[in-house]
Amino acid sequence: MNISYMYSLIAVMVLFLLAYLGAQVTVGKVFLGFIIPFLAAITFIVGFIYRVVDWARSPVPFCIPTTCGQQKSLPWIKSAPIENPSTTGGVIVRMFLEIVFFRSLFRNTKQKLKEGDKLSYEWEIWLWVGALAFHWAFFTVVFRHLRFFLEPVPACIQIVENLDGFLQIALPGLLLSGVVLLAAVTFLFLRRIFIPQVRYISLASDFFPLFLIMGIAFTGILMRYFTKVDIVGIKDFAMGLVTFHFHIPEGVGGLFYVHLFFVSILLAYFPFSKLMHLGGIFMSPTRNLTTNSRVKRHINPWNYPVKVHSYEAYEDEFREKMVEVGLPVEKMIEPEPPKEDAPPEEEAEPPEEAEPPEKEAELPEESEEKE
Amino acid sequence: MSDPTPEELLLGIDPKPPQTGWMDTPVEIKKGIYCYASNPKSVEYVGLPYPRQWNPIEEDWNLPENWKEIIYKGFRERLDRFRSIKVFMDICVRCGACADKCHFFIGSGDPKNMPVLRAELLRSVYRNDFTAAGKILGFFGKNFKKIGGARELTLDVLKEWWYYLFQCSECRRCSVFCPYGIDTAEITIMGRELLNLIGLNIDWIATPAANCYRTGNHLGIQPHAYKDMLDFFADDIEDITGIRVDPSFNRKGAEILFITPSGDVFADPGTFTCMGYMMLFHFLQEKYGFDITWSTYASEGGNFGFFTSHETMKRLNTKMYAEAKRLGVKWILGGECGHMWRVIHQYMDTNGPPDFLEEPVSPITGTKFENARSTKMVHITEFMADLIKHGKLDLDPTRNDHLKVTYHDSCNTSRGMGLLEEPRYILKSVCNNFYEMPANCIREQTFCCGSGSGLNAGENMELRMQGGLPRANAVKYVHEKHDVNMLSCICAIDRAALLTSMEYWVPEVDVTGLTELVANALILPGEKERETDLRSEPLPGMEGDDAE
Repeated sequence: MNISYMYSLIAVMVLFLLAYLGAQVTVGKVFLGFIIPFLAAITFIVGFIYRVVDWARSPVPFCIPTTCGQQKSLPWIKSAPIENPSTTGGVIVRMFLEIVFFRSLFRNTKQKLKEGDKLSYEWEIWLWVGALAFHWAFFTVVFRHLRFFLEPVPACIQIVENLDGFLQIALPGLLLSGVVLLAAVTFLFLRRIFIPQVRYISLASDFFPLFLIMGIAFTGILMRYFTKVDIVGIKDFAMGLVTFHFHIPEGVGGLFYVHLFFVSILLAYFPFSKLMHLGGIFMSPTRNLTTNSRVKRHINPWNYPVKVHSYEAYEDEFREKMVEVGLPVEKMIEPEPPKEDAPPEEEAEPPEEAEPPEKEAELPEESEEKE
Repeated sequence: MSDPTPEELLLGIDPKPPQTGWMDTPVEIKKGIYCYASNPKSVEYVGLPYPRQWNPIEEDWNLPENWKEIIYKGFRERLDRFRSIKVFMDICVRCGACADKCHFFIGSGDPKNMPVLRAELLRSVYRNDFTAAGKILGFFGKNFKKIGGARELTLDVLKEWWYYLFQCSECRRCSVFCPYGIDTAEITIMGRELLNLIGLNIDWIATPAANCYRTGNHLGIQPHAYKDMLDFFADDIEDITGIRVDPSFNRKGAEILFITPSGDVFADPGTFTCMGYMMLFHFLQEKYGFDITWSTYASEGGNFGFFTSHETMKRLNTKMYAEAKRLGVKWILGGECGHMWRVIHQYMDTNGPPDFLEEPVSPITGTKFENARSTKMVHITEFMADLIKHGKLDLDPTRNDHLKVTYHDSCNTSRGMGLLEEPRYILKSVCNNFYEMPANCIREQTFCCGSGSGLNAGENMELRMQGGLPRANAVKYVHEKHDVNMLSCICAIDRAALLTSMEYWVPEVDVTGLTELVANALILPGEKERETDLRSEPLPGMEGDDAE
């Protein structure tokens, strides 16, 4: 039984207590309110850039896109310009669909063995739905939160928030993104617990961000709808953060500090973790390369000369046999082969022995032949 | 022999993972699954490190003293050289989308055959040795490491690598479904490179690679024998058609060089495909003055180096251009093969540039193969599809009427190239009964034959039949639904591997190369009335004559 989620759960609970208790004293507020968020933001920005630059430092020696459709070959054969993109435009569309709509995940199937001997593959859309809901809701939430850091609030944020609250229920108005985020993250967590294979492969580091984000969403929702935190105070505080005029906000409880602390932890944790898939997806060579590898030469920057068994060495070894069956040769056999011919022959011995004769004999029948 | 029957094998699939976590489940190297260790003489012949006798099921693998250091350095070097491996080590979120996409997992239920876990075997060591998080966790002790998914490279871990990296056929099906395009083939390729640094290859890769290096082909066929084989096929063709074909070898000044996997020269049913090439070239020569030569030096399209290391791949692949240059041909035509085409399509041009060749133009139709402008190498199905489209082949598809054909996309040509329609177009032109397998098992979602990437040995038959199950199961489906009796493919390893897999899972279905079907239908100028197909099986309507 994989209990790695317990470690993560405990870790997040400890973090919760730390923040909640810390917020009871002034020193704690200073740390939780300014110092930690500041350090976290720096860690995030520097760490993120460092990781991406570090990836970029390694070259892409070969053009290895995964082709998921018909190649562009003969003019009368319809090619798949996005799934097998031979142009940069195609790659951009492919990457856009991948990053914004999780194209590959959309293909997901679930394999089953039916009636003991029939394999079936059914379209499995829920992972895609859950993942898309999660990421889009998260993005919307983050985007909405920019209103705390910008004065005046740009119209686009207001529009998104209006859309987000289109249900127009509850007071303050229910914003869908927060609820969807919490629901989706819970779904992704339950998936990891209840699907045996996914549970088996899950590490503590898969659960930790889930619990953290659950905590963030949960505290956020609590503050907005239930404890009804002082929005003006928080805006004031947030503006202080970005303009470096720190002051401790009035009338904000421990919950706010927990929320902020969780966000800080998430930011600081980000560059060291799998969350870097946000940057990595842009760098994935199986997706971001054009599939024109036979049209345009891809340069391998570290290409180096290698030892090759030359035709001359080959002919030297087999010349007599070649001449015997009438195969053309570069050099005709001299009447008495000089002694120098011996070494390559000796060198050539091993593989012949290496292939056990009986294996060769049984090849045709046993179809043991290799491509 | 302990190989399970199909029923036993199916019953043995338990997709439920074990109670113990994967890091706490030690590897058990099982007979029927693992391949024999590389023969030291083969390793030595190509000059790869640490050739020695060793046996996977023995405790001691006779590793070099400093093997950990070698692996560590090798890993570092590869992280610096391949962005793919670096990114793929970092960004997996373990969503599990890849898990049930792998034919080896579907057929075995072994959780370490889930692509994600196969990669985690390496990733865990990567985290420990190369990441900040791993180092921080390591500071708190071994258990913390484990919680963070990191572990040290021990002998057991190394054995686990070896065992599972030779249970991946580099088919890339998982990478189609991965939301980040993480390609287990890349991970397996790197892992095998690392293993090769300390002499841990399997013999079904090491010896063919050595043979390719020496004789030009993996079976170690020497030039005179190669010619003899083709002469022998010419005899067969003469018996069947009354026409004597006369292929030329190593001929300087030919317009085109033809390179195909040597497997087709050696074993049925590939031999019939080889006969198909010979008949096609003869037809084109007679009718249009087509000028092509075979080579005994570059007599292998397949590249067993690709399963060893990028360097060995290049050392073998270089022969193609070298031979084209020596013979002074204009361009190269490549036969039906899977990973050969992955190498040609995605790797070969980096070994060029072949500026001594010309942009490929079909001498018969005048079609410019613009998609091969830089590599100067054209796939036989691209070439044939173009001929058929222009009406240049005289075809009688009724000669394939005794066959109900389905088509298996090779992993490499579909996911490493996108060659999907050309073979289908040809198939539909040369046979009247063509049925597709279900959509989730063809084209970019095709299943591996189960024996790709050098795993087509005899001693790992259980593994091969496990891996072959998804493909065979889909064939069985069309066999039951449409009475399909022939599985066509464009890969030499398929022709070998699927034959065994069909015998095991769907014995009613036989295996053929595409060009064999073309040759069955192809009307050679001046041929006698054919009574049999290339396999000397009576043609439809000729059964009676033959029986008497």
